[in-house]
Amino acid sequence: MPEPAFDTATTAVAAREQRAAQAGLNVEARSQFQLAADRFMHHRLALASLAFFVFMVLVSTAGAHLWHYNYAQITNQFATGPSAQHPFGTDLIGHDLLAQVLTGTATSIYTAVVVAAISTVVGTLIGAVAGYYGGMVDAVLMRFTDLVLVVPGLAILLVLAHGVSSLASNPIWIALVLAALFWTYLARLVRGTFLSLREREFVESQWAIGSSDRRIILRHLIPNAIGPIVVNATLTVANAMLVEAALSYLGLGIQPPSVSLGGLIASAEGDATVMPWLFYFPAIFLVLIILSVNFIGDGLRDALDPAQRVRA
Amino acid sequence: MTGRLLEVSDLSVTFSTREGDVQAVRDLNLRLDEGETLGIVGESGSGKSTVALAILGLLPRNATTTGSALCRGMELIGMSEDDIAKVRGGTIAYIPQDPLSSLNPAFQVGWQVAEAIWTRQNVSKAAAWERAVQLLELVGIPRAAERAHGYPHEFSGGQRQRIVIAIAMANEPDIIVADEPTTALDVTIQAQVLDALRAARDESNASLILITHDLGVVAGLADRVMVMYAGRPVETGSADQVFYQSRMPYTVGLLGSLPRLDADGSGPLRPIPGSPPSLVVLPDGCSFSPRCPLATGDCLTQAPRLLPVQPDHMAACHRSGEVAGAGAGMFTATWADSTADVAADVLTPEPVPVAAGTAPGAEQVSDQPIIMVTELVKHYPIRGGRLVRHQIGEAHAVCGVSLELRPGETLGLVGESGCGKSTLARSILQLVKPTAGSVIFGGDELTGQSRHQLQPIRRGIQVVFQDPYASLDPRMPVGETVGEPLRVHGRWDRQTGPEKVTELFRLVGLNPEHRNRYPHEFSGGQRQRVGIARALALDPSVIVLDEPVSALDVSIQAGVVNLLEQLQDRLGLAYLFIAHDLAVVRHISDRVAVMYLGKVVETGTRSQVYDSPTHPYTQALLSAVPVPDPAVERRRERILLTGDVPSATSPPSGCRFRTRCWKADAICAEQEPELVDRGFGHPVACHFPSLTSVTAR
Repeated sequence: MPEPAFDTATTAVAAREQRAAQAGLNVEARSQFQLAADRFMHHRLALASLAFFVFMVLVSTAGAHLWHYNYAQITNQFATGPSAQHPFGTDLIGHDLLAQVLTGTATSIYTAVVVAAISTVVGTLIGAVAGYYGGMVDAVLMRFTDLVLVVPGLAILLVLAHGVSSLASNPIWIALVLAALFWTYLARLVRGTFLSLREREFVESQWAIGSSDRRIILRHLIPNAIGPIVVNATLTVANAMLVEAALSYLGLGIQPPSVSLGGLIASAEGDATVMPWLFYFPAIFLVLIILSVNFIGDGLRDALDPAQRVRA
Repeated sequence: MTGRLLEVSDLSVTFSTREGDVQAVRDLNLRLDEGETLGIVGESGSGKSTVALAILGLLPRNATTTGSALCRGMELIGMSEDDIAKVRGGTIAYIPQDPLSSLNPAFQVGWQVAEAIWTRQNVSKAAAWERAVQLLELVGIPRAAERAHGYPHEFSGGQRQRIVIAIAMANEPDIIVADEPTTALDVTIQAQVLDALRAARDESNASLILITHDLGVVAGLADRVMVMYAGRPVETGSADQVFYQSRMPYTVGLLGSLPRLDADGSGPLRPIPGSPPSLVVLPDGCSFSPRCPLATGDCLTQAPRLLPVQPDHMAACHRSGEVAGAGAGMFTATWADSTADVAADVLTPEPVPVAAGTAPGAEQVSDQPIIMVTELVKHYPIRGGRLVRHQIGEAHAVCGVSLELRPGETLGLVGESGCGKSTLARSILQLVKPTAGSVIFGGDELTGQSRHQLQPIRRGIQVVFQDPYASLDPRMPVGETVGEPLRVHGRWDRQTGPEKVTELFRLVGLNPEHRNRYPHEFSGGQRQRVGIARALALDPSVIVLDEPVSALDVSIQAGVVNLLEQLQDRLGLAYLFIAHDLAVVRHISDRVAVMYLGKVVETGTRSQVYDSPTHPYTQALLSAVPVPDPAVERRRERILLTGDVPSATSPPSGCRFRTRCWKADAICAEQEPELVDRGFGHPVACHFPSLTSVTAR
């Protein structure tokens, strides 16, 4: 690394540093983020999974529009197996399954990403405030979190699906309800991280300077807790897809006319023996996407894990 | 001439890691004779512990060991796991550094000592237990027969380390390897443990390999000394030869950079510039050459071999002849970081703006204290209870401390861990809310103020913390960290902000070009400089330094101490300097206060406290500090305190020191001695003060 002299008087410093640099004293100037990105790049499975996930997002979003059948369109081919005309086959009514799977994939992924985004923001804020302030604030917030955790979320959905069925069929509504349940895990995680970070001397240094709590939390603590937050957010995507699929299968999730992967699997249930393609294609998509998201999460955890940093 | 016990030749250890091969030990030769004590000294990362682990076959799997270690005809390197396990704890006993983790918390300590005996010797369990109790007694566990039934958590750190020593002695080893046995302990406890180690060595007639970074400990215990640097031995010889006739610049530098308890410490220290090389990419030639003032020509290209310079005295240096003549003078008394070639004034040409009212000249004359602490008390509640958590007790961390700090002076606050010195600092800074008492800073009362009210006052009183790794935000470039105070106080603008940061970097001897780097890219000493720069950003008049150099290696520590002194001269800062290292405090302080269990027991000028201490605790503390001088250590008589510091939740009645004091009388239990001048010219809190000089000269 070049070490240009910053003024003439200090050329001696530069010379010494050059010698030191040769001796391997200077570490290359790289931020924590770059280091983490570097480690992630070395995690082949995670990298491949990321590529696959991005590919699926693109294909499902663009493909649903480009494919010459619409997911709601009814063709005159009923219950045909995979063919050149309908690569994934059709169902009893005559829906093209490829169009349905692509749209369903897009819906499932978007729902899950919205769940992850909302629950991460809410969970981080609540966990951060609880962990940073401790005491009464912590006690109140954490008892509230416990309460949400023990509330049977499925029951809520059940009621909503039956009572306000027009709402229940909307993916955004499902996403909101799931997010309202999912933030609790992250809140606990962030609280724990903050409890230990708060004891570090750099936080005390900020108090000594006179920094506001808001500044300490947003500028110093959250960036230091970003590892577990990102990993958890990723895993929430996978988790939300799984739960959404399960709910749709039970008939409580995304309702027709909207399609999701879970809904497709559910509607294939009765015909799986005679028309197996109706079950296999959505199921394979679901499993592959969830697997890839989990691998991405693993890769991120390895890349951001503080224990890895110690060895450096 | 006694027999050769251990002969290590050409030992090399390499760890393969993600970053490359770490050459932890290279071409090491050593010998150990019967009944001899060998001290291995070096700074962190010098490979001294790896040597011990290699001999004992305890290295992790990613290590490759080559060379040979012959012990009584047995080759230890490459020995099978089963065989070496028989050597460990039999012929060679190992005392690891951390007494907390080396005992099993689930078993009685007596059982753990006895187990070591019956697994190797053909004795009954009852006999093994009896022997265990004897050993515990020998290492100084009081009421050993009874306490052998106790579990590790019921013992203090010093006692646990003594129990580990007892286990090491269990099978009458030929060699005891002690790896930093006292590093985690306070000085008075360290003195006790070293005493136990001496007793163990003499009782079992074992040879001792003592691995430590503390030159004082080596001076007191070792017959021969090996100095290690970057994985290689750079000098070996008798203790006297190494300490008095050093032939390797590194040894000279180490000794010169150490503030000494037995010197008046007026001159600046002489740090070794730079920091140790990475063991992955070693420099060509001599590993020490990038830091060596004598390095020229072949030093940069050819690694020197360890060659005899005197009978039994070897040094690895091309210029060992010149070293003998040059002495400590070869290192300049610098304060900047790795900038030994640059004169101090070159780095900071511009005068430093100082906040109004704190101009050095103006205030230094006034005798008005800038900080007045009166009867400050801090009690921490202890919560517990089975069903409902409630307060079940109080830890009396600080109990009625009064202090004064005048502009431009340094008040040193010394005491062992748990004496409340850090809590006192945090209470003064209002980082914790004091229970009672008052802190007046420049005319403003700080206690009871809201955070908002304190905000403008904080500018004037800043803090530097102990741990250079924890005190900087790891996710923030250091330049931003230094600029944070300016932003928080609304003094940042795009023009002057970066300028001020550049100026601060130069002020603390750092290269401003490094402002965009992250803390993990800096060495400990450099990080501490960043912390100091941040504290200076708001032009404070007082800086509270909480153990600012205790986490640093000695060669680095000296540079930071010099920097602090230099900043004080230039900016007229007042320091409250908190440390457990009495030598450093002696070096830097104008006045000193000694704390014990939340109270100041003696205070006065530096020479009053160090040269004529009158409180028994001060005397014991001073007497416990090892001095890096073998001759002094040999003739010194120690005041050895018994027992440990009592718990702060239930401090003793009357005088708090009475439970460990050899002068304690009935009155000490009944009446608490006031901190007043008792005819010795400075205040002391003792009923029976007497003047004794304990610092051996």
